[in-house]
Amino acid sequence: MEFIGYFGEVFQPVSFLLLLVGTIGGLILGATPGLSPTMAVALLIPFTFQLPAAQGLILLGAAYTSTVAGGAVSAILLKIPGAPANIATTLDGHTMATQGRGAEALQLSFISSAIGGVFGVLLLIFLTPLLAQWALAFGPSHLFWLAILGVTVIGTLDSNSVVKGLLSGCIGMWLATIGFDDIMGAQRFIFHPELSGGINIIPALIGLFAIPQVLTMFARGRVPSGAEVIAVRKHPIGAAIRETLRRWRSLSIGTIIGSTIGLIPGVGGQIAGLVAYDQARKFSPERKKFGTGHSEGVIAAESANNAMVGPSLVPLLTLSVPGSPTAAVLLGGLLIHGIFPGSDLFDNHPDVAWTFINSMLIGQILMCIFGLYVAGFAARVAQVPQSVMAALVLGLAVFGSYSVQNSMGDVYVMAALGIGMYFLERFGFAAAPLVLGLILGPIAEANFIQGAMIADASVGRTTYFFSGVLNLSLIAIVVASIAYSVWMELRQRRIDRQEQNEEAAA
Amino acid sequence: MRQWQHIFPSGFIAAVGIWICWVSYTREPAQAFLFPRLISTVFVVLALWTFGKAALGLSRVGDGIGRRMVINIAPGLAVMLIYVFWAARGLGFYTASTIAFFMLLSIYDPAPHNAARSWIMRILITLGFLAVMYGLFAGILNVFTPREVLFQ
Repeated sequence: MEFIGYFGEVFQPVSFLLLLVGTIGGLILGATPGLSPTMAVALLIPFTFQLPAAQGLILLGAAYTSTVAGGAVSAILLKIPGAPANIATTLDGHTMATQGRGAEALQLSFISSAIGGVFGVLLLIFLTPLLAQWALAFGPSHLFWLAILGVTVIGTLDSNSVVKGLLSGCIGMWLATIGFDDIMGAQRFIFHPELSGGINIIPALIGLFAIPQVLTMFARGRVPSGAEVIAVRKHPIGAAIRETLRRWRSLSIGTIIGSTIGLIPGVGGQIAGLVAYDQARKFSPERKKFGTGHSEGVIAAESANNAMVGPSLVPLLTLSVPGSPTAAVLLGGLLIHGIFPGSDLFDNHPDVAWTFINSMLIGQILMCIFGLYVAGFAARVAQVPQSVMAALVLGLAVFGSYSVQNSMGDVYVMAALGIGMYFLERFGFAAAPLVLGLILGPIAEANFIQGAMIADASVGRTTYFFSGVLNLSLIAIVVASIAYSVWMELRQRRIDRQEQNEEAAA
Repeated sequence: MRQWQHIFPSGFIAAVGIWICWVSYTREPAQAFLFPRLISTVFVVLALWTFGKAALGLSRVGDGIGRRMVINIAPGLAVMLIYVFWAARGLGFYTASTIAFFMLLSIYDPAPHNAARSWIMRILITLGFLAVMYGLFAGILNVFTPREVLFQ
């Protein structure tokens, strides 16, 4: 119950103001199609440099929470999901809006998001210290395998191709080795003087997540936004609360599925909403109403999306393994303040850890309150032409990267990585494993070198890295995640081939 | 998508992988390249696998690059490259950002190019952008940017 003592920190004037700014800004950014939660958090990191760590994380955490919920606004009012996590919300949410029940859909979405979100953060509160204590038992070999696990899980589960996902992770790990070696001081892969200090994580994150989206907007050419905002009529909030509670079955299914999926590194919120929607439909006595503007569809999808947010931070805050691409960006935010997740965070910086987690709890409630008022405005922001959004994001990316160290080198790295990533994505490579490789690479290397030194002085490298229950368990999970993804890829290929054959026969 | 499109990126990555592997195994001190050796070995195996699949026409993941996409992206990418790699330092951040913003807006804005009202809107939006960026980065965050040619 240590966390209760740190609630006061959240209500300090500056902290609370940042929480409000992050929440309202996140709702608006989340509602804007094309601006993903990951990119929003990456672009916000430079604004946290001058803030104390806890306040910086409050801003990032609030933005993460509310961008996920804000995506429902454009899903409901424009039929364009603000983020992939909101795809399931469009199925019933937009139909409700076309039936003149837009306000009700928004209210149900924010209320169920808040309930799911609070449950998810409570899981984060109670699971994190337990796992952090367990993480104390981890030695260099275990931490090395954990870092490898983080890259392989995201590389295999978050990509369409297992080999290209793993290769993206390798590229990230190689990029992390550029610069001077920490132990010997040797130069490694410095093929341009601007790279002598290595690749800074923040410009790399901004480039890898923001620039591909800018180029994607360019690729669409001169297109009008096209989407029309559906007018929102008034709806009593009390009725929406009663409706949410009356649909307790869908709410529980969404919350439990979202929380569980959030705990699994790499799976993320994209599928949480869809899986919860599907399960809620199967268990509902009114399953035929799904897809026709049924409240249960919105409640299940949105409670799952936000229930995923808190648990996705559990592996990050305890084991340094980000559960999702956005969590990886948050890890970058922690590292620039000199804070390492795991036992260090809870033993040496409990104020930072608990203030951040508590702010996410309060943020869920603020998001619910402000979401209902900001929704109409956010939907209008979502209509801003892509040309303005692309130019604005490019400007923010350049200024944000430069402000990290007042270095043009960082801007060049940001642009080069971003442009390269855009073209790699066109050929099936993924940004998330590359980012994880970049972030976890130094952790993997430091522990590999330390482990190798211990092993050379004792049992030998093979025995040190490939024996013991924990080492073997972690290796087994790495192998299992790769094997599972390969099996899924082969299965999908077989289904595609069958469909092609059927089409050809028809 | 034409299969040959896969060959160029996968071939480039395979070449990078081979170069990293060669550097990792030939440079000294060996201790400094211990981890890069491990990574580059896996890198090269995966890269050659990907290249092999592309060469055999078995790559299926990814949408590739279409002609329409190249035509749409080219002017924006050109503005971006000039802005990032020359103008930001040469003209100053705020001047270069304002010009780049206005050019991108003019190129990609769906509003008609022959209407005076559209141009007035673009100029107003650009001035708003300049005010926000200056307020945020010079006013609030105190970021020192390269010397401007037009103001400061």
